[in-house]
Amino acid sequence: MTLPHDTTAWAHFLKIAPYTARLGIEAGTADDGGCVLALPYRPEFVGDPDSGVLHGGAVTALIDTTFGFAVYFRIQEYRPMATLDLRIDYLRPAKPGVKVHTRAQCYKLTPELAFVRGCSYEDDAEDPFASCVGVFMFTAAQPAPAKAATVP
Amino acid sequence: MSLSDTLADIRRRNDWPLLAQAVPFARMLGLRVDVKGESFTCVLPYDHSLIGNPVLPALHGGAVGGFLECAGILHMLWSTDAQSIPKTINFSIDYLLSGRAQDTYANVYVVKLGKRVSNLRIEAWQTTPDKPVVVATMNLLMR
Repeated sequence: MTLPHDTTAWAHFLKIAPYTARLGIEAGTADDGGCVLALPYRPEFVGDPDSGVLHGGAVTALIDTTFGFAVYFRIQEYRPMATLDLRIDYLRPAKPGVKVHTRAQCYKLTPELAFVRGCSYEDDAEDPFASCVGVFMFTAAQPAPAKAATVP
Repeated sequence: MSLSDTLADIRRRNDWPLLAQAVPFARMLGLRVDVKGESFTCVLPYDHSLIGNPVLPALHGGAVGGFLECAGILHMLWSTDAQSIPKTINFSIDYLLSGRAQDTYANVYVVKLGKRVSNLRIEAWQTTPDKPVVVATMNLLMR
């Protein structure tokens, strides 16, 4: 079974991983250009108590998760992999009190690696508060046969 | 109480464990600040809710990354007289090993303390400090 652009099929992953479930990371939309996930605003995610701005660390979790999904969308199957690196540039503080989104696209694949880029924003992807790139490494040496790739 | 009042209180009483309570996200992670003399360490006590891959199991990369970013900021509040949270300009994380289901420690090295920008290197380890599981570099805008 492949991961369809219908996000309900892969929202399951967000619920079985304890950390994404705890943060309440939500499935958004997906298309050929990539996918979008969202993080609700909660007072416990705040990094600066004076301004109410989200802590970068909360955004990091959203970015890491969205980037992983962008790879699955590109390869259209589930393969075990690990984040090799992530780099986040904070262009401006996120607006306090609102849900934030991350859009990500896997723009290059090799047998071992997946290169991803994306940005985080409140409601307009053209006005991001963070810009990010990352590299993922497939942890199984050989690509899994298509038949064996299933969504649990 | 504003953050600058809280910081003044912590500094006056030398009560650094309280620093982890001053930042809501640090509190949510359950992060602990351990200051012994001139040594500053942050601890992320293991909790099941920090797991990203329940099969291995492994800590979520976002949880460890967020912990390191938090450790860097808290270190600056400890080592300088900053009155507010320094702004992160960028944050770069290298994942060397998967984080096991156990406590994680963070050591922070101030590579450059600048008037405008400071550069930090942060290392997360679980068994011994010379075997880091995740390392990060961050640039902070000092206010």
